[in-house]
Amino acid sequence: MAGATARGGEGNKSFNAILFYVFLIGFVLVSIAPLLWIFKMSIVTRADLFASPAATLAAAPIAGNYETIFGDPAFRRALLNSTIIAGITTVICLFFGSLAAYSIARLRFSFKSTVMTLILAISFFPGVAIIAPLFLQFSAFGIIDTYLSVIIANTVFALPLTVWLLVAFFKELPKDLEEAAKIDGATTIQAFQKVIVPLAAPGVFTCAILTFIHAWNEFLFANTFLFTPATQPVTVVIPNFATTYTTDYGAQAAAAVVVTVPLVILVLIFQRRIVSGLTAGAVKG
Amino acid sequence: MATATPPQRDAPTGGQPQKKKRGGIVREFKNPERRTAYLMVLPTLLIILTIAFFPILYAVVLSLTSSTVTGVGSFTGVDNYVAMFQNPAFLEGLYNTVIFTVISVFFEFVIGLAIALAINRAFRGRGLVRAAVLVPWAFPTVISAVMWRLMFQDQVGVINYVANALGVISQPILSDRTLLLISAIGVDVWKTTPFMALLLLAGLQTIPGEVYEAAKVDGASVVQRFFSITMPLLKPALLVALLFRTLESYRVFDLFWAMSNRELESLSTFVYTGVRISQLQFAQGNAASVFIFVSAFLLALVFIKGFGMQTSTEDG
Repeated sequence: MAGATARGGEGNKSFNAILFYVFLIGFVLVSIAPLLWIFKMSIVTRADLFASPAATLAAAPIAGNYETIFGDPAFRRALLNSTIIAGITTVICLFFGSLAAYSIARLRFSFKSTVMTLILAISFFPGVAIIAPLFLQFSAFGIIDTYLSVIIANTVFALPLTVWLLVAFFKELPKDLEEAAKIDGATTIQAFQKVIVPLAAPGVFTCAILTFIHAWNEFLFANTFLFTPATQPVTVVIPNFATTYTTDYGAQAAAAVVVTVPLVILVLIFQRRIVSGLTAGAVKG
Repeated sequence: MATATPPQRDAPTGGQPQKKKRGGIVREFKNPERRTAYLMVLPTLLIILTIAFFPILYAVVLSLTSSTVTGVGSFTGVDNYVAMFQNPAFLEGLYNTVIFTVISVFFEFVIGLAIALAINRAFRGRGLVRAAVLVPWAFPTVISAVMWRLMFQDQVGVINYVANALGVISQPILSDRTLLLISAIGVDVWKTTPFMALLLLAGLQTIPGEVYEAAKVDGASVVQRFFSITMPLLKPALLVALLFRTLESYRVFDLFWAMSNRELESLSTFVYTGVRISQLQFAQGNAASVFIFVSAFLLALVFIKGFGMQTSTEDG
């Protein structure tokens, strides 16, 4: 804690502080440097990029690579696909997840620990272990290469996260309010809808962001179940740019930046909430 | 018939399964509150059972037959498993996966713990550090692999350029499998160490400062305090973080796929090949699925039983 640095002479103390900040700056730089470098790669001309890293660094910014990327209908389509898949997955997870979480956090029933264990077991579950059977079943149902196939698979792996986070949020809400609602004649469902949901809105919102990021970043299922540009999300399309834009590294860098920047902005705005959401489960668990 | 029991009966502890007698299940569903509770968790449970647990059973069946991606074949016993263990691609995947998991989790843990210990104090710019921590975490793994590949690339890659200038490497990084594996480990450490630090920091913050003060008064050294206070008290958070990271590394797919342009084999890429690329390998791919599932399960069991990881969710 803070006491650790409080000892020692005045000079020693400030030396420690400097060392600490040097360490911090190093850490922050290492974390964000790749994104900054890729951004720089995305705004220079091909000639500068191929000249040398020093030339890349010194070059004047251009927007050409972004024009290339956004001019590519396949890329625009992929962005749309990603948004649809991640958006629908989030809505489904929040709907079923909040019902289950409320039940686990607030209501009394006997098999609660079994249910919780079962849900949590999914977090340990390797998704790759079920791609072969799911592929057969999705083919049998004729939903292979549709949004639905990936949404279904994503839902099952995002749902435990949603339930886990929402249980933590619901438990923190004051219990008296629902009791009061129930005394006034509300049913369990009404108490949930009218009292808990509005109160839990910040928690639900955090949960939505995390679920959305999870679904947006998903790659294995999308890469397995989707074959055509009409359905593939950005995570599948961008690695393939290595073949489409063989040596157009600037365009590849631009695509990577476009996909990452929204997430980075989201994370920067909501960092406090995201951190508390992410660590809530791990510390208590 | 059991009539509705007053729900207050087990109110203080919130449901004790031991109290159930014969007809408990009937009573359980007669109670309106409990019935609602079950109805509310039912959809989630159904989704999990039908989309995760049923397919794994199906994978077991498929792994014991000569199935292809177009249909279920005849029963062949453990032939697929035997063939799988003789398949060099599988063995290479297993080798790469184990090396990748052990080394990357080790470095993530050591560096993550060091960072967590260092920033476990009040200081200016905390928000900035937290944001920096989250940036690599929020990246899609494939995209970070694409980014790093651009930096490792031999024509325009800054890392390849610097390594070459320093004489560290003699050939382009992306054309050598060992260098590729090392790079993949490096990228994984970059991407997940900050997150590990965050989880461990949250664990550190639950240790009350007075414990350290008391130990200091008793004359315990920094090293003694670390091993007899920090480590034991951090153990629960530490085990959770380690288990999650281990299982996540163990199923590595995205990173290998995008970094190496599908050259670097892992257990997951082997399964994928069976499903999407090689018809002949479909049945073996299912055997590998079952292998991954069972070994991941055993790993979790070792953490939970062997290291005494707490999984209880303070039920109440």
